[in-house]
Amino acid sequence: MGDLITMDDLSNKEIENLLDNAERLLPVAKGDVHLPLLEGKVLANMFFENSTRTRMSFESAMKRLGGSVLNFSSAGSSVAKGETLYDTMQMIDGYADVAAIRHPRQGAAQYTADAIDIPVLNAGDGAGNHPTQTLLDLFTIREAHGTLEGLNVVLVGDLRYGRTVHSLSHALVRFGATLTLVSPDSLRMPAEIVSDLTAGGAKVTETTDLAGTIDEADVIYMTRIQKERFPDEDEYSKVAGIYMLTASDLAGAKGGMIIMHPLPRVNEIHPSVDSTRHARYFQQAFNGVVARMALLCDCLSVKIPKKVK
Amino acid sequence: MSEMRRVTAICNGTVVDHIPAGRAIQVLRMLRLDIGRSNPISMVMNVPSAKLGRKDVLKIEDRELSQEELDRLALIAPAASVAIIRNYSVAEKLKAELGEELVNIARCSFWNCITQNAREPLPQKLRVINVEPLEIRCSYCGRGQDMDEIVDNIL
Repeated sequence: MGDLITMDDLSNKEIENLLDNAERLLPVAKGDVHLPLLEGKVLANMFFENSTRTRMSFESAMKRLGGSVLNFSSAGSSVAKGETLYDTMQMIDGYADVAAIRHPRQGAAQYTADAIDIPVLNAGDGAGNHPTQTLLDLFTIREAHGTLEGLNVVLVGDLRYGRTVHSLSHALVRFGATLTLVSPDSLRMPAEIVSDLTAGGAKVTETTDLAGTIDEADVIYMTRIQKERFPDEDEYSKVAGIYMLTASDLAGAKGGMIIMHPLPRVNEIHPSVDSTRHARYFQQAFNGVVARMALLCDCLSVKIPKKVK
Repeated sequence: MSEMRRVTAICNGTVVDHIPAGRAIQVLRMLRLDIGRSNPISMVMNVPSAKLGRKDVLKIEDRELSQEELDRLALIAPAASVAIIRNYSVAEKLKAELGEELVNIARCSFWNCITQNAREPLPQKLRVINVEPLEIRCSYCGRGQDMDEIVDNIL
């Protein structure tokens, strides 16, 4: 694998291999085992947009494996002086072995991959894709259910601008998931994505009603209504806070059902859910480290030992 | 009228036949022939066609279309037939062919695509996902483009 821009860059077999590798690296991510597989390698963390978990888990993944990290944020850089993305990334091509890029404009990761030689990992491009999040999401789902095959997954909230659900839905249907898309009308999944999902024969249902989906779900994936993606603030205020899960909503849920969220949450998941057996979002955030460890090794062609001790 | 020519034969130039009915004006815009040209251009719209039912035809005098222009034409009129005319005879017959990727033909229409910054130097690229029905997406941001948007954003 070279670049990872969308989930189409990975076959199902490659996804399963990455998840297997991630699982083997769990003791390294926890700090129990020292395994400097990426010693001497440099990751450029190119964040043109805010991030907490993605940036830090990339950094943790690289450092746990003995590599080093150049952290870039656009504030205080030459981007503020009007430097193009192309010029900024030419510099990184010479400074690092691999680049993770987050950018508010859609298509920025593919553009960067076309512009430079080192592997480019898309860490979120506008409302486009977020495939490294999808890897950790899939890892979390497989960890809970033991499989990725044939699950009933409910995606909730901002499906229009939510890049996590764009990438995740593409991957899930390839593993035979049944998808229920829950959103207000103004935040429905973009038509071209629904068209892609159903073209492969996947069963996809769109609804505005969250309550009616809970009892049959294996996974409920909540997302934040993202104020920063709305061109118009009035449109945002019409839908802010529209979906909120509380512990009492989960009375009829399957025992093994898990609730996920890419975080940060605002009020989509009430803190009363945190102590239920369904809550998996903080574990999900930790899984970002192992998923990105496996990915970094793969794109730098570094083999992970079969047994990590 | 069927036995009469609606437009006289041209001595030298290009005849673009089998344009889907109503698209001739878009073709002129796509080929950048709608402004700043001194060549005589004849346009026939909505004439009966055995192949298409109705069709448009363009006759462009004293100008032979290039391959790059044919690539543009293929976007709007993939079934068009193109004849290069020299001294009142058909010298060459060409087909408009849609490639897999259209490079620097039109700008992506999505307001938040990385290519909206005109100072970014890489080429504009649109990918042909499907020919019939035509489906085109930006190679960078992946957004679908409709034909009116493409015509409005030609480079």
